[in-house]
Amino acid sequence: MNQTSSIIEIRNLRYAAHGHPIFEDLSIDFPSGRVSAVMGPSGTGKTTLLRLITGQARADAGTIRVAGSSLAELSRDELYVLRGRMGMLFQNGALLTDISVFENVAFPLREHTKLPERLIRQIVLTKLQAVGLRGAAELMPAELSGGMGRRVALARAIVMDPEILIYDEPFAGLDPISMGVILRLIRRLNDALGLTSIVVSHDVHEISSVADVVYLLSGGKVVAQGSPQELHSSKSEIVKQFVGGLADGPVPFHYPAPDYFGALLARDGDS
Amino acid sequence: MRKSRAMNLGTGLFVLLGFAALFFLTTQTTSSGISFHREPRYRVIAKFDNIGDLKVGAPVSMAGVQIGRVAAIGFDSRDYKAVVTMRLDAKYNQIPTDSDASIYTQGLLGGKFIGLTPGGAETYLKNNDQIDFTQSAFVLENLIGQFLANFSKNSGGGAKSAAPGTEKQQ
Amino acid sequence: MFADLWMGLVESLVRLGDIVRFLLRLIAQVPRALPRFQLIIDQVYNAGALSLVIIMLSGLFVGMVLGLQGFQLLQRFGSEEALGTAAAIGLVKELGPVVTALLFAGRAGTALASELGLMRATDQLAAMEMMAVDPIRRVVVPRFLGGVIAMPLLAAIFSLIGIYGAQLVGVQMMHVDSGSFWSQMRASVDLADINEGIVKSCVFGVACSLIAVYEGYYATPTAEGVGAATTRTVVTSAVVVLFLDYLLTAFFL
Repeated sequence: MNQTSSIIEIRNLRYAAHGHPIFEDLSIDFPSGRVSAVMGPSGTGKTTLLRLITGQARADAGTIRVAGSSLAELSRDELYVLRGRMGMLFQNGALLTDISVFENVAFPLREHTKLPERLIRQIVLTKLQAVGLRGAAELMPAELSGGMGRRVALARAIVMDPEILIYDEPFAGLDPISMGVILRLIRRLNDALGLTSIVVSHDVHEISSVADVVYLLSGGKVVAQGSPQELHSSKSEIVKQFVGGLADGPVPFHYPAPDYFGALLARDGDS
Repeated sequence: MRKSRAMNLGTGLFVLLGFAALFFLTTQTTSSGISFHREPRYRVIAKFDNIGDLKVGAPVSMAGVQIGRVAAIGFDSRDYKAVVTMRLDAKYNQIPTDSDASIYTQGLLGGKFIGLTPGGAETYLKNNDQIDFTQSAFVLENLIGQFLANFSKNSGGGAKSAAPGTEKQQ
Repeated sequence: MFADLWMGLVESLVRLGDIVRFLLRLIAQVPRALPRFQLIIDQVYNAGALSLVIIMLSGLFVGMVLGLQGFQLLQRFGSEEALGTAAAIGLVKELGPVVTALLFAGRAGTALASELGLMRATDQLAAMEMMAVDPIRRVVVPRFLGGVIAMPLLAAIFSLIGIYGAQLVGVQMMHVDSGSFWSQMRASVDLADINEGIVKSCVFGVACSLIAVYEGYYATPTAEGVGAATTRTVVTSAVVVLFLDYLLTAFFL
């Protein structure tokens, strides 16, 4: 494997869902060892991009290379091997609701290894300690708050020591304190474990404080990229609109629709 | 872990119950299958002209008391008769050799069974003996045919012309 | 009109093909799921042990009704002694497997479909995929096998309790002779009748479990979608069971 600085390379990606094109000719490199952020207005396919990177969805055209191997050429088993090197934090945590916090974190270990119980216990408690929830080990997922659930999911995502850690909207619906905790964890885990982090979010300020590189997606393309500082000082209209949180700009307020007056005047059934 | 133990116990009980039910159905509601207390038995055969719908497993009784079961039904292609093998309980070992075996029906629509009527001989049936005096199953169609024939005979000319075929056959 | 009908037919065929392909996928994963025996045991518990009470109660009442109706009918022909036979044949060959399957679809099938649907809706299945754990092998196959194992056992228990229900009414209340009740049953119920019942309930077990896990696994990940999947599980299972019952009965004749 050649030692490139990008662990994930996306080239000329095209993808459509239900007939609507989501990406047309998208190319992004995610540098290894850094925290990269993918930002953009809702509905620009940020989550879809994660599904493509992790092989949960297949691209219509273009290539996605993760750690040197092209996803389109992998068999199901090879894809699973590759996923063993990735961890992912889902939007709502996605903890398995029928087993305890401890068992949730232990789940990948029990599925993929034959480690003795004592060792599993040590690893799980270490990871729970890292997210500050060792005391919650015996609780059930339903007993956790949203922020705690996400931290447990984070512990689960790092239990197999992945090289790539992916966060899907890690701040959505969290109170400021939990948000701060997650932010600190993203940075700490990235630096301490030496992994590559990809954070998908639309929370401009939170991302600015943690990301090394930011990609701004809009209309299925990367419209801006660079450090958070570069983005803040960007002259581009769309970047200004997004970073400044303005209602009007290049991203229209209205969802595409037929002519307004025409629709109002139309009789039933002929619009 | 305690919850899982209780669940395993519940599952175990359920599976046990299920197989017990299956075992009971196969052994206790059917005549084939294994019976628990296998009493010593001996075999006796009898040949019938017609056994109707007598089935393997049907009871063999004497004076209304079940003393055995039909073990097998075969066909003798030399004299065109049905060969019925019966298994009789060994404790009923004093059945005269000249006893008579008839096929009866339980209720109007019930299954067929074999009834033995004792003869007067001093010797008793042993294993693999044959009962020589047999009376066939009574077949409903034959009975109706007979009834019609008698009916036409008794009621004279009018009925005779009404069912001429029946009489000729008799 | 005809176009709609035609499209409906094509749609059902597509669905049928999809379900059968799903079944093949499940079967392919069975060897890899078997070593995790504990997972299957848990599902036998969910599908079987938890359905036990409803199955036993229903079996008792169905048997009692059969005893009452059978007695009324057979009395007209003067052959009340055949009640045992009638009840046993009716339960073992038809009512046992069919009613058990319908109850199973309502009790265990809906539970399976909504559980899997919720796991889909809360990304639990996707999370497993991301942990390189095949949800088909880890979640779906054990549930499917649990149902397949539980069904014949439930049907046997149903039939057995039903026969005792019929005996309760016939012998205890209507005073049919206990000896002839059992001996006529023994004389005329064949092992083949019981085999027919077992084969039927095994087939129903595969069908009901398959429909439940299929509907749940592919449920639209919303509250409405899960509800719709649950409803479809019951409706499809009921129709398929009755249809298969006719096919199997014709086959065994």
